[in-house]
Amino acid sequence: MRMKSVAAVAMMASLALSAAACGKEGEPTPSAGGTASGAAQGDTCKSSGATFTPKTDAAIAGSPTFEKIKTAGKVSVGVKFDQPNLGYKDAQGKRCGFDIEIAQYVASTLGIDPAKIEYKEIASANRETAIKGGEVDYYVGTYSITDKRKNDISFAGPYFVAGQDLLVRKDESSITGKDTLKGKKVCSATGSTPIQKVRDEGLTEPENIVEFKTYSECVSQLLDKKVDAVTTDDAILKGYAAQSPSELKVVGQPFSTEKYGIGLPKDDKALRDYVNNQIEASFGDGTWQKIYDGTLGLSGSAGTPPTLERY
Amino acid sequence: MGEFFRVLTDNGQLFVDGFTNTVKLFLIAAVGSLVLGTLLGAMRVSPVPALRAFGATYVNLVRNTPLTLVFAFLVFAVPKLDVNIDYFSSAAIALTVYTSAFICEVIRSGVNTVAAGQAEAARALGMTFGQVLTLIVLPQALRAMVPPMMSVFIAMLKNTTIAAGFSVLEAGAIPAYMAERGEPQFAVLLWITIGFLILILPLVALQRILERKWRVAR
Repeated sequence: MRMKSVAAVAMMASLALSAAACGKEGEPTPSAGGTASGAAQGDTCKSSGATFTPKTDAAIAGSPTFEKIKTAGKVSVGVKFDQPNLGYKDAQGKRCGFDIEIAQYVASTLGIDPAKIEYKEIASANRETAIKGGEVDYYVGTYSITDKRKNDISFAGPYFVAGQDLLVRKDESSITGKDTLKGKKVCSATGSTPIQKVRDEGLTEPENIVEFKTYSECVSQLLDKKVDAVTTDDAILKGYAAQSPSELKVVGQPFSTEKYGIGLPKDDKALRDYVNNQIEASFGDGTWQKIYDGTLGLSGSAGTPPTLERY
Repeated sequence: MGEFFRVLTDNGQLFVDGFTNTVKLFLIAAVGSLVLGTLLGAMRVSPVPALRAFGATYVNLVRNTPLTLVFAFLVFAVPKLDVNIDYFSSAAIALTVYTSAFICEVIRSGVNTVAAGQAEAARALGMTFGQVLTLIVLPQALRAMVPPMMSVFIAMLKNTTIAAGFSVLEAGAIPAYMAERGEPQFAVLLWITIGFLILILPLVALQRILERKWRVAR
């Protein structure tokens, strides 16, 4: 009986390990063929090289959030952790990407050393709750500005404009845009706006819609040929394509406009105006361009700062 | 309060679709795991050592693996072997495989409540193992199994929500949709709780009925 239970434990462990290796959230997805270069590239965080010196004279009259940050001497920022070149955390625990550096830039303008940022990984579905509940001071993570969300929180920005696009396998030639998806399996994050758009516009049949919690899981299914396309904002998809350039590509026909903003507490207009001014300053002095070129720009496409929307 | 009801009426179709899939998943996995679990339970009490060992290995292996890993194994590892199972079937298989281990243990413990003399007497009358089990032991064991069996089924009904993470649009996926639509999470979660209560109460009632029906003086 003892031998049997030892064997059972060993089998169980190997089952658990194999399952974990294939489906662990937030890890860069190893590609089917195990291309070491792709995985290694995605796993080491590189910064754009932009430096963020904390402002010594930062002052915002009438902003409760700023008072809280100043008193604490640190800032808590909501981010994503599984989107290469955008909001990513590597195997060593280092964070990098466009959104992360925007968050660091904003912290520096608030007089906080970026090293003192307390990052919180908040899933898309919980963003409004985290901001409303004061769990984070602000949120930077592919956060599209929508009127409905404005009921709960405020947005500064946009600091980037993305568009919904499609990620496919490199050898895929039949998918060229949103109108060629009929009969193809399309994957995105559960309940996300991109997949609801696919559903509402009938871009593919309801039974061909596939949803996972994270985009990495969709990419894994794409590499395993269980789905034919992954859809979400091109910024996110370009990150994955850059991770496995020999296996994946972005179709390059964006079919929506997503304006990324920085999520802020709703009633803090003073903070919103201040952050808007700082974002605008980064457009003008080359900081934004430097961040972009060193992160999202690595995917091979040029980027220009968007126009700020003050409301 | 109006807002609370609006959340349901504005998104009625989503709630209907979600809970329909939850019920489908539950029914398929309930039947599947009852069959597989009974087979495994029979193995664990059978006179054949190899079958007993198989049953014990299965239970120890599956019962100690988190359900999420069973799902992940079917959805992310099995395709690497070039086996293609659709997501709903994967979920049904994962729930069946997992719940069977618990059903098996319920059946084994139920069988253990029947006095050994009963089985011995049946054997003395010349009954085979199959006859002893189906005619003498199981009918008596059933009444002891009812409450733990219902607990296993209620747990499984709630476990169906894990399928939301593996591309099955059921009740567990509703909060993510609603968050994206900007609906208040508190109301959404309360409605889902109410939905599950509506599904679980009949199970509780069934348990009462069975307990009353099979009650005997001991």
